[in-house]
Amino acid sequence: MSEAIVSLRNVDKRYIRGKQSVEVLQGLSLDIAKGEFVALMGPSGSGKTTLLNLIGGLDNATAGEITVAGERLDKLGSGALARWRARHVGFVFQFYNLMPMLTAQRNVELPLLLTNLSGAQRKANALAALTLVGIADRAKHKPNELSGGQAQRVAIARALVADPTLLVCDEPTGDLDRKSADEVLHLLQILNRDHGKTIVMVTHDPKAAEFASRQLHMDKGALLEAGTLAA
Amino acid sequence: MKYFPLLWATLWRKKARTIFTLLSMIVAFLLFGILETVDYAFAHPSNGTNGADKLVTTNKYSITLSLPFSYTQQIRSVPGVAEVTWMSWFGGYYQESKNFIFALPMDTDTYFNLHKDEFIVSAAHMQAFRNTRTGALVSSALLKKFGWKVGDKVPLHSTIWTQKKDASLDWTFDIVGIFDAKDPTQASQQAQTLLFHYDLFDEGRSFGKGTVGWFEERVDDPTQSAAISTKIDALFANSSNETKTQPAKEFALAFIKQLGDIGFVLRAILGAVFFTLLFLTGNTMMQSVRERIPELAVLKTIGFGDGTVLGLVLGESLLLCLIAAVIGLGLSYLALPIIRLGLQGVELSPSALIPGFGAAVLLALIVGTPPALRAMRLNIVDALADKR
Repeated sequence: MSEAIVSLRNVDKRYIRGKQSVEVLQGLSLDIAKGEFVALMGPSGSGKTTLLNLIGGLDNATAGEITVAGERLDKLGSGALARWRARHVGFVFQFYNLMPMLTAQRNVELPLLLTNLSGAQRKANALAALTLVGIADRAKHKPNELSGGQAQRVAIARALVADPTLLVCDEPTGDLDRKSADEVLHLLQILNRDHGKTIVMVTHDPKAAEFASRQLHMDKGALLEAGTLAA
Repeated sequence: MKYFPLLWATLWRKKARTIFTLLSMIVAFLLFGILETVDYAFAHPSNGTNGADKLVTTNKYSITLSLPFSYTQQIRSVPGVAEVTWMSWFGGYYQESKNFIFALPMDTDTYFNLHKDEFIVSAAHMQAFRNTRTGALVSSALLKKFGWKVGDKVPLHSTIWTQKKDASLDWTFDIVGIFDAKDPTQASQQAQTLLFHYDLFDEGRSFGKGTVGWFEERVDDPTQSAAISTKIDALFANSSNETKTQPAKEFALAFIKQLGDIGFVLRAILGAVFFTLLFLTGNTMMQSVRERIPELAVLKTIGFGDGTVLGLVLGESLLLCLIAAVIGLGLSYLALPIIRLGLQGVELSPSALIPGFGAAVLLALIVGTPPALRAMRLNIVDALADKR
């Protein structure tokens, strides 16, 4: 198997809720190889989203080591972590989380504002990403003028536009009908298979998980099967 | 600059709210601009050459206190004084108190000698004025305003001076002529003016006979004005009516200031305007950021750093305030000619509007900082938890 692009070792994550300490992840270890499409499944409260947040550099572990794309995330400060996210991670959310006042093209351009690209280059790259997800004809439309499936494609284009190492998707089909969901999952599959994008996707939907190359199941903050790669 | 389209789109996210907020701020900045301009005019009397050779002597303690007419000769004897004339505040209005008229009892020969080449009066009208004891010369603007014409008898109500004959406050004048200011920039200052004979005024009033409100002097050499002022005031030092001599422009401002501490009043209103702006804009910004917590969290998720998010919210606040300031202060600039009509003797400078832009920036920073800090400190996971 190829080298791990995501590596977690003995990761703990605790939240403090009022006076209570809630243990969400306990001693979790996981490797994800470059080019894998991993589906994280499990019941609500099992720690899937927390794990996704840690892999995406949105949250810090309480203990343990997290290495993603060659960087020890648990060693990075918030500024460095933000720069790292901009360079290495594309995020896709359940509710698309597009800026309602921006057109599809402007939404896709957002991550490129953090680069040194010119306005024309940003526009060209955004249109290329929209073309890749098959929605270039809706570039001038605002999110409220798009269907759920179209909005999620725009969100995927936004996640892709800066050519990240890793795509992190949290229930990307949770708000879509079956047909749109299948289209989005098919698109993710193409991005993984044909463009070599590593994808980590949280889902409740077993049919969605079937699109992944590996399925991981979680319960009560632990992986139900070994998540580490064979040597 | 690359963030401008994002800022602009964010600003118009809620069009109606932004428009109403902007309208309120524009009105506030319009008021701010007008008041700031007037305040500036009072604080910075013009140093222009026009009128630099004119001095005004008043009672040292208040311009509402009169001076003996006998001072005329003593002032005239001061070396460098070319001419002296005298006047009093009549405090008149026509029919209703809102129809204020700057009615000025004056001595014809000395007044027009002192102000020679400043007025356009036909020889016939000037002759008629000299020949008519109850005659009045009226500015063409005033004539037009009330629809008067030469030959009309005009009753003016004085707020101060009762007549000796019947204790009436009403004085009647015959309009015998019209005048205009030669210098167009002085036209607005003369627009409310009616000139009448000091002799009629002095003999007709029931009290204050033999006194004058103030003296006006023309000096041969304007560079000697300060020295001449000192000499005039020295003449009457330690008398029962000490004097204060100052440049005519400063006197004009002081005259208006007798209504009260104009500067304090203006600054108090400016403070209230600024405070209102603070709450108005602050509320809008807080509300705007509160509504956009998930969007800001998404920005941070895709890699916008804390400083960039802080800058974006501050930039939005700055954009909002500057748009309002540019329009509001622009309108107040356009309103300057109208304000000039209402403030005789006060020269308004557009440069007084510059602090308005400073105020806009300050306002933007004050109202933008709390929501910007909130956005900067946003915890991505918590903010996204409600909307993923």
